[in-house]
Amino acid sequence: MAQTVVVTSGKGGVGKTTTSAAFASGLAQRGYRTVVIDFDVGLRNLDLVMGCERRVVYDFINVIHGEARLQQALIRDKMLENLYILPTSQTRDKDALTTEGVARVMEELQTQFDYIVCDSPAGIESGALRALYHADAAIVVTNPEVSSVRDSDRILGILAARSKRAEEGAEPIREHLLLTRYAPKRVQGGEMLSLDDVQELLRIPLLGVIPESEIILQASNQGIPAIHMQGSDVALAYEDVVARFLGEERPLRFVQPEKTGFFKRLFGG
Amino acid sequence: MSFLDYFLGSRKKTASVAKDRLKLILAHERSADTPDFLPALQEELLTVISKYMPVEKDQISVHMERRGDFEVLELNILFPEQHSPG
Repeated sequence: MAQTVVVTSGKGGVGKTTTSAAFASGLAQRGYRTVVIDFDVGLRNLDLVMGCERRVVYDFINVIHGEARLQQALIRDKMLENLYILPTSQTRDKDALTTEGVARVMEELQTQFDYIVCDSPAGIESGALRALYHADAAIVVTNPEVSSVRDSDRILGILAARSKRAEEGAEPIREHLLLTRYAPKRVQGGEMLSLDDVQELLRIPLLGVIPESEIILQASNQGIPAIHMQGSDVALAYEDVVARFLGEERPLRFVQPEKTGFFKRLFGG
Repeated sequence: MSFLDYFLGSRKKTASVAKDRLKLILAHERSADTPDFLPALQEELLTVISKYMPVEKDQISVHMERRGDFEVLELNILFPEQHSPG
C-alpha cells in the first residue's frame, strides 16, 4: 500500500514545487517506486522543475476524464528509473479535478507505487483541498516570514479538518515542518525568525531546514531537481529531509552562519 | 549586523517583533475557528423558543469556545420581565 504525502503551504512561492521535486527524487534514489503529481491545474510547473516539459502528451486531467490511460500520462524521470511524474493540465481550470476522478486515479497509483507525492497549489481552494485530501503525511513548507507562518497555521487547521483521514475519523495526517529559504546570518542578526521561533509558533515536528541558496535557481533553470546539485548545501539538506522522513536520525546542518573573516565582521556584508 | 552597527546604535530586532505579532494573531485565529453555522443556529433557536415564550432577537446569544480538549457551546437567553396580571 502506497503512502501519500502532500507538499503544501497555503502561501505561494515558498518552495512547494522545488521541495516536491527534490523529495520525490530523494525517495526514488533510495529505491522506492515514487510518483509525483502536479495538482496546480492551469499553472503547471512541476514538469519544468523536473525537466520533462517537452515530454508531456497526456495529463492528470485527461486520465480523470477518461481521455487517456494512466500509463500514457505517467512520464518516467530522465535520471531515476523508478520515479514518475504525473503532470497536470495547463489549459483547464481547477474544477476539472473532480473528487471521484482524483480518488480513482489515486487508487490506481496505490497499487503501482510505494510513495505518492502530491504537489499542492497555493491557496486553500479546491485544488489545494484535493491535493491534501488523500494524504497520510504532510510536509508544510514554510519560510521564516510572517505571512508564510500564518498561512501554514491555516493549512494545518485545514489538514486537521478537511482530509479524508479527518472525515473518516482515522488517525490524523502526520505533519512535518520544512523551513525553507533559511538565512542563518540574518537569524543571528535578529532580522529573521529562527527555526525555534517558527517551531514554537506552529507546534509541529521539524523535518528539516533548507538554506537560502542560489543553487535553487540554477537547478530550476536547467530542470534538475535540487537534490541532484551534487555537493551543494541544498542537495545535502534535502537528502537529510528524506532520511528523517524515513525515520533516520540526522543532525541539523546549515543552520549556523558561516564563519566570516575579520574585515567582513568589521564592515558587514 | 556588522561590528560597526554596535557603535551606530543597535536597531530594534525585527524578528522578535514578528514573533510577538504572530503569537497574537495565531492565538486569535485559532480561537476564532468557530463554525459558520452559529448565526443559522441562533436564528432557528429563536424561531423555536418564540413559539413558546416571548423572546426578542437580541436577547439570545450563541457562543462556541474551546476549553482544553472540549468545545463548549454556550447559549444565553434573556426573557423579558414577567408582568403578573392583576
